[in-house]
Amino acid sequence: MSGQIEHKMEETVSGAFEPKIMAFVCNWCTYAGADLAGTSRMEYRPNVRIVKLPCTGRIDPLFIIKAFENGADGVLVSGCHPGDCHYTTGNYHARRRWIGFKSLLEFTGIDMRRLHFSWVSASEAIKWVDLINNVTDEVKRLGPFMEYKGLKP
Amino acid sequence: MPRIGVFVCQCGNNIAATVDTKKVTEEMAALPGVVYTCDYKFMCSSPGQEMLRQAIKDNRLDGVIVSACSPHMHEKTFRKASEAAGLNPYQCEITNIREQCSWVHHDETKATGTAKSIDLTRMTIERLKKNSPLKKIKIPVKKRALVIGGGVAGIQAALDIADGGIDVALVEREPSIGGNMARLSETFPTMDCSQCIMTPKMVEAELNERITLYTYSEVEKVDGYIGNFTVQIRRKARYVDEDKCTGCGECVEKCPFKAESEFELKLSKRKVIYTPFPQAVPNVPVIDAKNCPKIQKDKCGACALVCGPKCIDFKQEDKIVTEEFGAIVVATGYDLMPNEHFGEYGYGRIKDVISGMQFERLASASGPTGGEIRRPSDGKTPKSVVFIQCAGSRDEKKGVSYCSKICCMYTAKHTMLYSHKVHGGKPYVFYMDIRSGGKRYEEFVRKAIEADGAMYLRGRVSRVYEKGGKVIVQGADTLSASQVEIEADMVVLATALVSRPGADTLAQKLGIGYDKHKFYNEYHPKLRPVETVTAGIYLAGTCMGPMDIPESVAQGSAVASKVQALFSASEMAREPITSVVNKATCNACWDCVTACPYTAIEKESVKNRQGEVVRLLAKVNDGLCQGCGVCVAACRSKSIDLKGYTDEQVYAAINAF
Repeated sequence: MSGQIEHKMEETVSGAFEPKIMAFVCNWCTYAGADLAGTSRMEYRPNVRIVKLPCTGRIDPLFIIKAFENGADGVLVSGCHPGDCHYTTGNYHARRRWIGFKSLLEFTGIDMRRLHFSWVSASEAIKWVDLINNVTDEVKRLGPFMEYKGLKP
Repeated sequence: MPRIGVFVCQCGNNIAATVDTKKVTEEMAALPGVVYTCDYKFMCSSPGQEMLRQAIKDNRLDGVIVSACSPHMHEKTFRKASEAAGLNPYQCEITNIREQCSWVHHDETKATGTAKSIDLTRMTIERLKKNSPLKKIKIPVKKRALVIGGGVAGIQAALDIADGGIDVALVEREPSIGGNMARLSETFPTMDCSQCIMTPKMVEAELNERITLYTYSEVEKVDGYIGNFTVQIRRKARYVDEDKCTGCGECVEKCPFKAESEFELKLSKRKVIYTPFPQAVPNVPVIDAKNCPKIQKDKCGACALVCGPKCIDFKQEDKIVTEEFGAIVVATGYDLMPNEHFGEYGYGRIKDVISGMQFERLASASGPTGGEIRRPSDGKTPKSVVFIQCAGSRDEKKGVSYCSKICCMYTAKHTMLYSHKVHGGKPYVFYMDIRSGGKRYEEFVRKAIEADGAMYLRGRVSRVYEKGGKVIVQGADTLSASQVEIEADMVVLATALVSRPGADTLAQKLGIGYDKHKFYNEYHPKLRPVETVTAGIYLAGTCMGPMDIPESVAQGSAVASKVQALFSASEMAREPITSVVNKATCNACWDCVTACPYTAIEKESVKNRQGEVVRLLAKVNDGLCQGCGVCVAACRSKSIDLKGYTDEQVYAAINAF
């Protein structure tokens, strides 16, 4: 498998590959933080597509698998900082689920480096921008996610 | 087949500069179910909204997408416009192609922005196809308020709510309302006598026919949700019938036993049957059961013998009263850090080291010394007093990290009271900084220093010990870079304000949040300072953190306006984003119950025709559910879903990625 990745990296250097990143974010902190990046006219990589949810606690681990199945090369989950959850404890549930879910990912054939979990508050536009840029670059280096290609009918 | 309309906004040039809106509409028009598309300069303008309304009517649209700015900006606008055209407002969805597309991708060829806008809009369209019309939730409101805590904030809240024509129950843990403010001698910066401004308010609360006082009572249990709380109140046994007692005081007079007075902070004794202070409201005595020989070992009973109206009942027991309320105000106030905490300042070892609140009692005309400043050890008038500020405050290692906010001001007041009452007396103050932000506050402190001659020393105290009837205070004066030693007669500690003991238990009963200091959390520290995250529960005063009297009173009034607004209609409408259980598949594992932060999920029993319970099911209470969706992800059998963010909707968006 590592040989495959190296092969893809060569592709990347040529500049042909633009990864698709799906982001699951909460409505109150990260979505508002991403809005702030907009109102501040910052610039970041255009590869991310946001799915807004009320809270990271709403995220079913299956959403992440589904995203990969539907052609995502990387997935990002971001919500309010611990202690700042609009619903008091939703992000703790998300964190806990994440820890349990992580160990299943290797089994399902997903490279952990394709998946990112972060806390971005409504005021952290810069953090959001850096996050998207870093995630995009990292996934770009890893190349397209081929393992699930062809799974969909 | 759905009939969806897609409206792409150019936002002047804000979107159009980097997104080819025409191309977006063309691409979207090709999608199945999309029957109408258009782009327009300003969708949110009046003509823009009119266009939307007209298009819905003309094309019989059953769903609308507006690709424009953030939903946080104009979702409400467009949902309202859709509703005006006869569409269910929740059939209108927003795609954010400004904040999260055109403004952050500056590609002038428009290729990047257009491609992303197309993707985002397509995802929203697919999501919309799975939407179902939702109705706002109507909740009936019980127009009665509960105020917990009868200090100045709680009394103010109760009075203002009652002024709005609403019935209020005021619950107070102590035998009298009045709280900490009733203890104070004078108040800064105006030097009004605290009793003089507080007592009329207490009496007003007692006489107001809309206010029911539950003194010597505590909240036992809270059930329900905004508009419909059921609260159990424990009315602790007073051993005196409140309705019959005339407050003559004959029983107190005759009682032969004494115990330390809580109200006077152990500076004096009170009888075992007592009213905490002369102006107590209600003016009904209470028996201190722990120290009463009649109750403990059936000896004495003198009070019952002299009581004219025969209202003493040694057999009285705690009573639980259950009442319904639409809103709850929490105004439980503060406590002071126990003085025992300050061994290094000699507290406990040296009798003449007292707390600021004890000094208030010494200075109070109704206090144990009748307003004369006399030291506790031998009753002599102290010739010099050292005031130590920040005893526990701003001291993470020994006390609390925060500033208690009122100590700088009351210490300045204490020095003034002391110099006014003891001529030739010398007040010294050890301070870290003087924090006197507030109307006429700085002038007040300057007056204490300049006109009344308080000696302010910037530095900390290192040691306090007794020598020859004096209290020796050693400390640093950092401004003159020298060590100082003061032979004082008395030391007053400005101890830190802390939360009430049991503040956390009450918060758990109410389902509200608190910080690591057990001060209650407001919804938003700036913009929603008197609300909690639990709808229908409000906060006022120092239960949230240190604050002075004007702030507490302001919050009491602020809370009243919130309660009155809530009660202005007989029903309230709430966003219908709540969870719903699929009864056919729920297997009653209760994972959702454990996960829910709002205790919004109940166990419902299903009965057969004979009335026997055959199975249990989870049931969501729409009044409590805030729509976070934690239960949905927790459910193993996928039997619970969140309206507005259903699994189907989310998967539709992912599939359209």
